[in-house]
Amino acid sequence: MAVAQRKTDIGPPDFKQFLHPLIKKNYGTWKYHEILEPGVMVHVAESGDRIYTVRAGTPRLLSIESIRTFAGLADTYTGGYLRWTSRHNVEFLLDDPAKIGPLKKELHELGYPVGGTGNGISSIVHTQGWVHCHSSASDASGVVKAVMDELYGHFTHMDLPAKLRVAYACCLNMCGAVHCSDIAILGVHTKAPTINHGDLPKMCEVPTLVASCPTGAIRPASVDGKQSVEVEEEQCMFCGNCYTVCPAMQINNAETDGISIWVGGKVSNARTEPKFSKLAIPFLPNNPPRWPEVVEAVVNIVNVYAKHARKHERMGEWIERIGWPRFFELTGIPFTKYHIDDFKHAGETFKRSTHLKHTR
Amino acid sequence: MEKKELKTPLLDELEKGPWPSFVREIKKSAEKNPMARDTLGQLERSYEDRISHWKHGGLVGVMGYGGGVIGRYSDLPEEFPEVAAFHTYRVNQPSGWFYTSEALRTICDIWEKHGSGLTNMHGSTGDIILLGSKTEALEPCFADLTEAGWDLGGSGSDVRTPSCCVGPARCEWACYDTLEACYDITQSYQDELHRPMFPYKYKFKFAGCPNDCVAAIARSDMSIIGTWKDAIQIDQEKVREYASDGVDIEAEVVDLCPTGCIAWDGQKITIDNSECVKCMHCINVMPKALAPGKERGATILIGAKAPIVGGALLSSVFVPFIEMKPPFEEIKELAEAIWDVWGEYGKNRERVGEFIQRVGLGNFLEEIGLEPVPEMIAHPRTNPYIFFDEELEEDEDEE
Ligand code: HEM
Ligand code: HEM
Ligand code: SF4
Ligand code: SF4
Ligand code: SF4
Ligand code: SF4
Repeated sequence: MAVAQRKTDIGPPDFKQFLHPLIKKNYGTWKYHEILEPGVMVHVAESGDRIYTVRAGTPRLLSIESIRTFAGLADTYTGGYLRWTSRHNVEFLLDDPAKIGPLKKELHELGYPVGGTGNGISSIVHTQGWVHCHSSASDASGVVKAVMDELYGHFTHMDLPAKLRVAYACCLNMCGAVHCSDIAILGVHTKAPTINHGDLPKMCEVPTLVASCPTGAIRPASVDGKQSVEVEEEQCMFCGNCYTVCPAMQINNAETDGISIWVGGKVSNARTEPKFSKLAIPFLPNNPPRWPEVVEAVVNIVNVYAKHARKHERMGEWIERIGWPRFFELTGIPFTKYHIDDFKHAGETFKRSTHLKHTR
Repeated sequence: MEKKELKTPLLDELEKGPWPSFVREIKKSAEKNPMARDTLGQLERSYEDRISHWKHGGLVGVMGYGGGVIGRYSDLPEEFPEVAAFHTYRVNQPSGWFYTSEALRTICDIWEKHGSGLTNMHGSTGDIILLGSKTEALEPCFADLTEAGWDLGGSGSDVRTPSCCVGPARCEWACYDTLEACYDITQSYQDELHRPMFPYKYKFKFAGCPNDCVAAIARSDMSIIGTWKDAIQIDQEKVREYASDGVDIEAEVVDLCPTGCIAWDGQKITIDNSECVKCMHCINVMPKALAPGKERGATILIGAKAPIVGGALLSSVFVPFIEMKPPFEEIKELAEAIWDVWGEYGKNRERVGEFIQRVGLGNFLEEIGLEPVPEMIAHPRTNPYIFFDEELEEDEDEE
C-alpha cells in the first residue's frame, strides 16, 4: 500500500504538552499532599496552589468508547487534563474542589469506582490471558474481575493495615512481573506440552524448536519414521517457549492448567527491603467464569492479614514477624512438598536454626 | 454479512458485581466493530473450553521496525474470521501517562478506523496497547499514528519502552525529574528501541524516590531510583500537629525506622541522618512534616527480571549515587557500556541480570570500569572459592 510521507523514530510525544497548567506552573515544587477521602488527593505547592486528583479504577481493558467518555469527563471537570497510574487507574486533575463531588457522582454512575489510595487495595496489575495470549494457563481479566468484585470494599475504603498490592499473570513468563506483590495470582501449566507428531514436521523446524527450550528438555526424535521431537518431562518447567515457536507443542491443557497463589512480596523500600512473593497455594482449579476457589483463597488471606497485621505492616513484613508456620496455621492453608524450593540455591530457603515457636 | 445473535452466557456472569467489567468494555466496542464482536465470541469459547484459542504469529510488523507489533492469530479462523489475524500494537506512552482529552480522542479515532476498538490502558511495561488489527491495516495505522505524533514502543530483544512515575509533575518526593529523564532516554535510543539487536530485552524504569511506584527494582534491567544524601527536612511544628492529630510518633515512626535513627521527645524529633537508609517510611507517615533532603540524585540498580529463564531477580546496586541532570550523560554512558559488554558476551535470551550472575559481578564491574564498593552487596561472599586474578598469583609467586 502506498503511504505518503512515511515518518519513523519520532518517539513518544513530549509529555509537557499534556500537563495541566497548574502542574506546569508548580512542576517540581510540590510541598505536601493529603488524602482527603478514598480516591481523592490534594497536592499543595510551595506557591500555595492546590491540585486535586480524583482516582478511579478501570478494568484496564478499555473500549475506545470508554476512553472517549473519560475524555468527555475531563473536558467537563478538568479543562481536559487526565492521566493513568502505573496500576491502570485513571486520574482526573482538577483545580476547582467544587467539581470533585459532581465528578465522583458521574464516575460512580458510569461504574468506575473512586478509590485506590492509601492503606487499601489498588487495581490489580495483570496480563492478557485468553483475550490475547497463546500461552495463558488461565484468563487474566476474568480472574481479576471476580477477585476485585470481592475486594471492592478495600478499594473504596482505606481499611487495611498498609497498602496491599495484588497482581495477576497467566503464566510464569509473568508479563505483569507479579513476583514482588503482596498477593500474586499466577496461572500455571503443570504438564509438559502434548506433541502433535502429525503436524510437527509440517509446521515447525526441529532445530529451532530444540533451541527454544531454556532447560534443554526437547530432543530430536524419530516418531513412526517421521522427524519429530520428544520432551524429557522431568526437565520441563512448563514455560511454553516451545509452543511459542511451534504450534504443534500444545502447552495449554484444560484439565491440568490451574492457578497458584503467592504472598509477601513488595517493591517499595519503606521500612524493609523489597522482597519476592513466596508460594502460599501451589494449585487451584481453573474454574471460569468466576473462579470461586481462587476468590475464596485470596479473600481468606486478605482477611487474616487485616485481622492480625500491625499498622503499617505489609503482608511480607507481617509474615516475617509471625513466621511461616503461623501464617499457614492462621490461614488454614495446607503445607505441602511443593512449598519447599528445589531450584538453584534452594538450601538458602530452608530453616537453618532452632528458632521455632512450637505452637502447632 | 448476516449478523447472527451472539450468546455469551459465561462472560455475562462477569458483567455482574461492583468492579468495572472488561466484558462490558468488549461489548461496547462489539456493538459497532465486528472484530470486537468476534473477540467476544472467541473469548466465550475459551471460557467454555478453558483454553486459549490464540496462536503465536509469524513475523509481522511495520516496515523498518523490528518490534512494536505483536503478531497473533486465531486457531478458530473459520468461526471467527474477523479475528483470524489479531495483531497488537505497543504505542509508546507519554512520560507519566499524562494526556489531554484531545490527544486521547485522536488515538481513539485512529483505532476506530484501523482496529478492534479495544485497548489496554496500559500494558505492564507502560505502552498504550491497541489490541487487535488485521495484517493489511498495520502500515496505514502506523502512518496515521506517526502523522498524529505517536510512535511504537519496543518488543523483542531491544530497549523496551521506558516508563516512569508521576514524579515532579505531582509528587513532592521526586528526587529528580523522572518524566524528563524517561523522555530524554526514550528519544535518545529510538534506534535501539525499534530495531532489536541485543541478546534479549532491556528495560529502563525511572522512579523518583525509594517508594518506587513503577516497580523499577523488580521489573527493569536498569532501575533508576531517586534518593538523597543530606538531612531529611523537618518541620517540627507539623510533627507536633501529626502527634496531636493522633499519630503515635513513637510506635508508628520511631519504632518502625529500620535503622533506629529517629528520636522523639514529645516536642521534636531528631534524626541521625548518617544512619538513615532513605527508606521513606517516616516521610510517608508525615508528608507535611518531613521531606527528602536537598542534595538529590538517584541510585542506579541493575538486573531485575521475571522468572523466565534462570529465575526471578531483583535489581542490585550498581552506582550508589549519581546526579540526575539533563542530558543525563552518566546514565547514557553506563547504559552504552553495559550494552557493549553484554551485547558481545551475552548469550541469546540472557537478560543482563542473568549475564552478571554467570560472569560474576566483580568481572562485570571491571569490564565496565567501575570500582567495587561495599554498597553493592548485602554481605561479602561466604564461600572460599575465590578465583584470583593472574597478576595476583604471579605477585605471590615472586615473593
Ligand atoms: C507471546 C506471548 C506474549 C504476549 C502476548 C505478551 C504480552 C505482553 C504485553 C502486552 C506486555 C505489556 C507490554 C507493554 O506495556 O509494553 C508484556 C509485558 C511483559 N512481558 Fe510479555 N508477552 C508475551 C510473552 C512473554 C514472554 C515469553 C515473557 C518472558 C520471557 C514475557 C515477559 C514479560 C514481562 C516480564 C513483562 C512485564 C514487564 C514490565 O513489568 O515492565 N512476555 N507482555
Ligand atoms: C525461544 C524462545 C522464545 C521466546 C521465549 C519468545 C518470546 C517471545 C515474546 C516474549 C514475544 C512477545 C513479544 C515481546 O514481548 O517481545 C515474542 C514475539 C515474537 N516471537 Fe518469539 N520467542 C521465542 C522464540 C522465537 C523464535 C525462535 C521465533 C522465530 C522463529 C520467534 C518469533 C517471534 C516473532 C516474530 C515475534 C514478534 C511478533 C509475533 O508474535 O509474531 N520467537 N516472542
Ligand atoms: S503472562 Fe504468560 S500467558 Fe499471560 S500474557 Fe504473558 S506470556 Fe501470555
Ligand atoms: S514448556 Fe518450556 S521447558 Fe517445557 S519443553 Fe517447552 S520450552 Fe521446554
Ligand atoms: S516513586 Fe516516589 S517520587 Fe515517584 S510517584 Fe512514587 S512516591 Fe512519588
Ligand atoms: S527514611 Fe527510613 S531510615 Fe531514614 S529516618 Fe526515616 S524511617 Fe529511618
